[in-house]
Amino acid sequence: MKFSLGAIQYFWPKQVVENFYQQAADSSVDIVYLGETVCSKRRELKFDDYMAIAHMLREAGKQVCLSTMTLLEAPSELRELRKYCDNGEFLVEANDVGAIPYLQEHKVPFVAGAAINCYNQHTLRKLMSLGMSRWVMPVELSREWLAKLLQQPMVHDVRDCFEVEVFALGHMPLAWSGRCFTARSENRPKDQCELVCINYPEGRPVSSQEGQQVFVLNGIQTQSGSRYNLVNQLPNMNGLVDVVRLSPQLVGTFDWLEKFRANVAGSAPQKLDKNDSNGYWLALAGLVQQLD
Amino acid sequence: MELLCPAGSMPALKAAIEHGADAVYVGLKDETNARHFAGLNLDQAGLTEAARYVHQHGKKLHVAINTFAHADTFENWRRAVDMAVKAGADVLILADMAVLAYAADRYPKVELHLSVQASATNAAAIEFYKQFGVSRVVLPRVLSMNQVRAIARTTDIKLEVFAFGSLCIMAEGRCYLSSYMTGESPNTAGACSPAKYVRWDEADDGTLESRLNNILIDRFAPDETAGYPTLCKGRFKVGDDTYHALEEPTSLNTLSLLPELYKEGIASLKIEGRQRSPAYVAQITQVWRQAIDAVMANPEQFAVQEQWDHVLAGLSEGSQTTLGAYHRKWK
Repeated sequence: MKFSLGAIQYFWPKQVVENFYQQAADSSVDIVYLGETVCSKRRELKFDDYMAIAHMLREAGKQVCLSTMTLLEAPSELRELRKYCDNGEFLVEANDVGAIPYLQEHKVPFVAGAAINCYNQHTLRKLMSLGMSRWVMPVELSREWLAKLLQQPMVHDVRDCFEVEVFALGHMPLAWSGRCFTARSENRPKDQCELVCINYPEGRPVSSQEGQQVFVLNGIQTQSGSRYNLVNQLPNMNGLVDVVRLSPQLVGTFDWLEKFRANVAGSAPQKLDKNDSNGYWLALAGLVQQLD
Repeated sequence: MELLCPAGSMPALKAAIEHGADAVYVGLKDETNARHFAGLNLDQAGLTEAARYVHQHGKKLHVAINTFAHADTFENWRRAVDMAVKAGADVLILADMAVLAYAADRYPKVELHLSVQASATNAAAIEFYKQFGVSRVVLPRVLSMNQVRAIARTTDIKLEVFAFGSLCIMAEGRCYLSSYMTGESPNTAGACSPAKYVRWDEADDGTLESRLNNILIDRFAPDETAGYPTLCKGRFKVGDDTYHALEEPTSLNTLSLLPELYKEGIASLKIEGRQRSPAYVAQITQVWRQAIDAVMANPEQFAVQEQWDHVLAGLSEGSQTTLGAYHRKWK
């Protein structure tokens, strides 16, 4: 079982990002996803900066994958996307099907991100025929759904030709909008957002009127209010999941990486935090935390 | 420019045709469509009757099979496609690549439209879906008019946009908020904020609380109009403020954009609302028929009639309408 760091979902200052990846280089992580996946206005790091980090990580022995924007709307965003697809060195994670034709031009394998709608064996095979070498399961799917899908003969027969990756720690990306909710929360129009997301390196919590944290606002992205945490589910991922994804958090990411590693066989279970959830994996509502 | 109206039942379908729809879209009575509500949609016999009625009037029938197929019941989606074609559907509205591939392969002569649930928001994504032979793409409700224009001028595929109805503020087909709260989402179960998870509680002071799977979505004072607890339209707390953190309960209304949409060659205007009553469908259809006729007769002189706005506001969530993402300021 390999461990990966997903792309940083929040808008962090350049120095914080660089420090984070320096720690990643020194950590036991196997795969690192890099790049802006939420908002094209976030330009603390540019393409060349990401490539420099990618080289540094590769030299540290990590597999690097460039991750791309999820909600692509403007022609300028497609031009930027193409740069990543044309990089010529690193694997690319497609978070919108729009990236796939660009990657096919180079006949290079790609990762299909969790926001690409692949819910069944036929779609999975279709994506494989286009070059997909790793599939990140949509966050709302369960272990049961995954197992049923992988049992289908048309997938089972080619199971060694692709990897399965599961989002397993962090606030889950649940929706993308044309509207920026962080700007809205400060009464600013999106056009004049002043890049306020940089003030919320862990997003902006949204609570019900009874105080239950329901969502986290992260620009145009809406995340789960709870932190998804599958650390205690790792033993029942064996044989199904090849790569376990941790989503970078401002603090504690690398401590969690070690906790996850320690519990691969179930020998070091962790006490979940009050705001942790595991419902989706257990085929329940996503926000549920089921105790073992 | 086509007027495409919703129908969740035969009476609604007849109302749409009688009041001037060029085409009607329907779904089957199962999880294969994104409005899978109790008492709604058509079975095989109903679909056949619908096709006959629509064709008698020289109009078209679109069938939405636009959820994502499950691994162990893929047959149900295949059967839905077979059933729709057999019943005489003119168009299939599909979202799942696997269902698209099946339909394109099995029924090369049937017109395929890419559902809004496929979330094609850009020219490259539209390019991607061309391999399945789609002839029209329904654009998600997250794009601004400028972005719609840019796509219209880049692609040779026909475009359909949402003109009126409930406003989805997230890119459709990529929103898991509903399954996060209830376990069921449009993608997996064909419904957002499903009715079976809704609960209303009235407090002693007359305050009405709406809940979804026990989570408080909103609280209404006795003098406020209480709306259905669609989870993205609740009042939540961010920092010290309690407000509609994502969106107000309001409906999309693009009447004032009609000349621009017409100028960009948008092929079809879609009215949302398969869950609505025949009376609602009749009124909406009538207004949009008049508006489209007016813009086609004379796009330069087109003006929104006060009476149209009046009717539409009366049929809107919270009696409010918005241009949504089409208008930059909304964002």
